[in-house]
Amino acid sequence: MICAVHMQNLAIIRGERLLFQGLDLSVRKGEAVALTGANGSGKTSLLRALAGLIRPHAGDVRFEGPQGVLEAEDARSQGVHLLGHQDCFKATRTAWEELLFQVQWTGGTEASARAASAKLDLDRLAGLEVRKLSAGQRRRLALARLVASPRSLWLLDEPMAPLDTARRAVFGDLMAEHLAGGGMIIAAVHDPLPIAARACDLSSLDGPAQ
Amino acid sequence: MNGFWVMLRREMAMAWGRGGGPLLALTFFVATATLLPLAVGASPARLAAVAPGSAWLALALASLLSLERLFERDYEDGTLDLLALGPVPLEAVAFAKGLAQWLTNGAPLALAAPVVAVALGADLRLVPLIFISALIGGLGLAFTGGIGAALSLGSKRGGVLIAVLVLPLFAPPVIFGAGAIEAFAGGLDWHPALGLLSAYGLAAAALGPFAMAAACRNALS
Repeated sequence: MICAVHMQNLAIIRGERLLFQGLDLSVRKGEAVALTGANGSGKTSLLRALAGLIRPHAGDVRFEGPQGVLEAEDARSQGVHLLGHQDCFKATRTAWEELLFQVQWTGGTEASARAASAKLDLDRLAGLEVRKLSAGQRRRLALARLVASPRSLWLLDEPMAPLDTARRAVFGDLMAEHLAGGGMIIAAVHDPLPIAARACDLSSLDGPAQ
Repeated sequence: MNGFWVMLRREMAMAWGRGGGPLLALTFFVATATLLPLAVGASPARLAAVAPGSAWLALALASLLSLERLFERDYEDGTLDLLALGPVPLEAVAFAKGLAQWLTNGAPLALAAPVVAVALGADLRLVPLIFISALIGGLGLAFTGGIGAALSLGSKRGGVLIAVLVLPLFAPPVIFGAGAIEAFAGGLDWHPALGLLSAYGLAAAALGPFAMAAACRNALS
């Protein structure tokens, strides 16, 4: 269980380009942060660095549990959900097969997968192959994983883009519920989140002009 | 450990499901072997002499077929990110993938290998040894093949690249596997060759996952 994430003097370089530097940000239980910034300002890279998939150029990321500092690897393997642009589904498997695998893989159970499927109104789609789902339906399937397996830090990359207005409201409720249960959310967004969130603008942390 | 089983079950289900990986490899194996009499002539004596060796060659080629899908599919649709954040390290994920590759491709091919060899004229006495050597050899082929599959992540035309990367690594199992059968047929001691084949397979299964996981992390970053 992660209770807080601290980023200290973080800088990320992709290719030869410095995306941002000197990022200091702490997120604690029950807080949400909305990452903003122009295209290419490093929102996705920051989320991937927090998930441990890319290594920051400078600075460090620390995870804090109830009993003090956590080993980064343990924290990520048990406490982090990453929802990127791609939704990680095999086109020829059924929605239910894919959801069940993802939920079990991230620490949930079959019962919690069923509950999440009902909550996100996916029961009707469960038997369909993923390739027959629309972009919005696939995104709801991906969100069901977050709801079904309890991990405290959600890293979301443009989570709402394919969702319709009604589903955005539902998703807002889910995020509020997660925060109320002691979770944390860091989301890269262009549109404002439907919940109260601190803003963090990566464009203001640009490197020196090149 | 639970995570490992979840992973292994999924890999097996995906291999057997749509796409027909094992069937494809089997058909390719049989088709390649069928070409042999057309290439070297149908004289039974000549065919019988090269049957075990050619069965092994066709086996190595057939093992290449499904390698491209081993990591590439998960890389393309983003699942590899999810696998990297799972309850077990990527090394265990790679081991599960290699194991599933062996069980769903290596094992059916090992069952077909004696049939193909006998059809080409190999002696019936060789059947058990051909099966055992193909099964053990398949372990090595699956895990060294997995290394090539992971290294080629992100490149277009991954399949050809995998073949180029991996075929040199397939030399030892082909040498030992075909060598064991050759020795047995010639009345020589075949244990050392089978022992070396087993050693190769176990070493590949033990070390391959580390190389695969490193290559995956590199592809993700």
